[in-house]
Amino acid sequence: MMRAFFRSSSPFRPSPFKMLVSYFILGAWALLILFPLYWLFITAFKLPAAVNNGPFYIPFVDFQPSLHAWEYVLVEIGVDTRRMFINTVVVALSSATLALIIGSSAAYALTRFQFRPKLGTVFVFLACVALAVVLSVLRVPWQLAVAVAIALFIVSLFTITRRFTRTLNNNDIAFWLISQRIMPPVAVVIPIYIVFQQLRLLDTWAALIITYVATNLPIVVWLMRDYFMSIPYELEESAQIDGASRFRIFAQIVLPLAKPGLVATFLFVLVFCWNEYLLSLFLTNANAQTMPQAVVAQNATRGPQWWYMSVLVLIMIVPVIGMAIALERYIARGLLVGAIKG
Amino acid sequence: MATVTSRVALSSARSAPIRRSRLERAAPALFILPAVLVVLFISIFPLLMSLFLSLSRVRFAGGAVRFEFVGLNNYRKLLLGSEQKVLFGVLDMPSPLGWVLLALVAFGLAWWIVKGARRGFPIGRIFASAILAGLAWLVVSTLFSEKGRPGTLVVTMLYVFVGIALQYLIGLGLALLCAQQLPGRTFFRVVFLLPMMITPVGVGYLFRMLADTNKGPLMPLWVALGLQDFSWANNAWGARIAVMIGDLWQWTPFMFIVLLAALEGQDVEPIEAAIVDGANSWQIFRHITLPAILPVSATLILIRMIEAFKIIDLPNILTNGGPGTATETLTLYAYRIWRALDIGGSAAIAYILLFLVTFFAMVYVRALRARLVNA
Repeated sequence: MMRAFFRSSSPFRPSPFKMLVSYFILGAWALLILFPLYWLFITAFKLPAAVNNGPFYIPFVDFQPSLHAWEYVLVEIGVDTRRMFINTVVVALSSATLALIIGSSAAYALTRFQFRPKLGTVFVFLACVALAVVLSVLRVPWQLAVAVAIALFIVSLFTITRRFTRTLNNNDIAFWLISQRIMPPVAVVIPIYIVFQQLRLLDTWAALIITYVATNLPIVVWLMRDYFMSIPYELEESAQIDGASRFRIFAQIVLPLAKPGLVATFLFVLVFCWNEYLLSLFLTNANAQTMPQAVVAQNATRGPQWWYMSVLVLIMIVPVIGMAIALERYIARGLLVGAIKG
Repeated sequence: MATVTSRVALSSARSAPIRRSRLERAAPALFILPAVLVVLFISIFPLLMSLFLSLSRVRFAGGAVRFEFVGLNNYRKLLLGSEQKVLFGVLDMPSPLGWVLLALVAFGLAWWIVKGARRGFPIGRIFASAILAGLAWLVVSTLFSEKGRPGTLVVTMLYVFVGIALQYLIGLGLALLCAQQLPGRTFFRVVFLLPMMITPVGVGYLFRMLADTNKGPLMPLWVALGLQDFSWANNAWGARIAVMIGDLWQWTPFMFIVLLAALEGQDVEPIEAAIVDGANSWQIFRHITLPAILPVSATLILIRMIEAFKIIDLPNILTNGGPGTATETLTLYAYRIWRALDIGGSAAIAYILLFLVTFFAMVYVRALRARLVNA
């Protein structure tokens, strides 16, 4: 009887004892995850007094739940909340979609075509960009500086760069694209701010979307490149013989096959954009502010307004958690293939 | 009318294959150019511009911005001057334990160089070892010494390396448990995913609520331990541990979900064979499961390492970098300096961080990952 408790009935089914231990540990971790979320949830229904006078755990028993925080967030400052929520939805969805489209087509190109950019072209390009930077800092109007740099680049494209014979290959391009993720946002946020200021795009959706697409492209290229590598090439070859164009093959054969990877990558990027705070803080001030800023704004001069914050965080997490639960089976599968080779 | 139509039809019929093949020839460029252009626009130009900013002093005078080239002054201030104590911390003679750790690091690096010397002069390894040894000295003389106090550089590395190690181990443990045939494990899989979805800003405030020793839910526990008057926010290590717990809570799920998928995608046949041969579960894990998930783990750790170096929201909200600068990371430091309008100094810190992340990523890829993936 006692022995059976420790023995498993099949090699892949844990013994009752092991099962008990597993449930205990998993349950403990689930509690560690769920308790903070429970606290967030009940704080959203607490009056300030119920927060400030010590811990109260159970609604209706310890404290009387109130909708005052919800009323404040959804009615009193409802216009702001709605605007920020819409901003977040628009910016996150369009950035994630655009990043997915641009990134996965680049990843596809890197797995199916051979690129041989000349090293000389790259150096000349960098030199031209540096020239544009120096010129615009020296009080030359930036439009002129950019025009000069582009003209120089095109001229040298036909003269100097022809002399270079060393070329880069696909792996170099992929490494370069992926390595952009290493760059800390703080390193580039000031120039990005200046660029958008000059383009008069500060505090708009466009500024945030362009920035988020650029910062998340590396992740998309990284994950999708390996996904496309795992898709057999034969299908595409036969489609090509039947006369389908590259674009049709990509849209109608490759993308449907890569669906788990696309879904996982999309969700991943969406979560990053949805929750991003630092860049949005720099690039927006009133019209295009996103939800994380609404949360931080509740840390007023009177101290943090925990009840309002909890409501805002709840409003923020419900949509993404809903999506995550709906797409859970794709997430693991999609991220996995991307992570095998990298 | 009829002739026009037929001519149109004729011309389109003739030009269609030509147009298509031209489009086909341009296809590779069309596929990749959008990504290249976006990255060029938003990263190459800003990166060069930042480099210039880090070499200059930016002044705001009556709405106008003036750049003044100051050479390496910003870096000198950080590495040698008034900001050195913030960046590097206070250095002191290491304790005996510190010396032992340092000796271990030195031995390991020497072994690495000697191994590399078989394939020609290991210039890359010597260079990398010199930097690693310097960083190790910095860590040891600030953390393992009597009067030492870690600066933002060491604190950032602490969050990254200790944090990732813990996250990986816990994530792996949970994934191993969840990979068993347990009824109801879908519940755990979904619940374990949740923290990843919350904005880091929200996690910061959430943990500030939870960690409150007077009004937080753990108050009875603090009272029982006699710590109700203890303010973790005023204690350097208390604050650092709070930040690390918050980060652990948020990012263990990422490790968990990918490792679980790796475990579930494993071949069952070698495991069955091992069971038939009488292997115990530790042997199965050590010789079959671990080698199978190593490649995934290597990439997973690289992704998390790159992201973790950029941590800012959590310490910013949870402790505001304090007490003093005890919990400040490099990103937060750059942000604070930026808010003090020292834009050149901020760009210099950002460049130091960029160098650090690039260095660790390169060393990791070259030295460890290649071996793990081929293992």
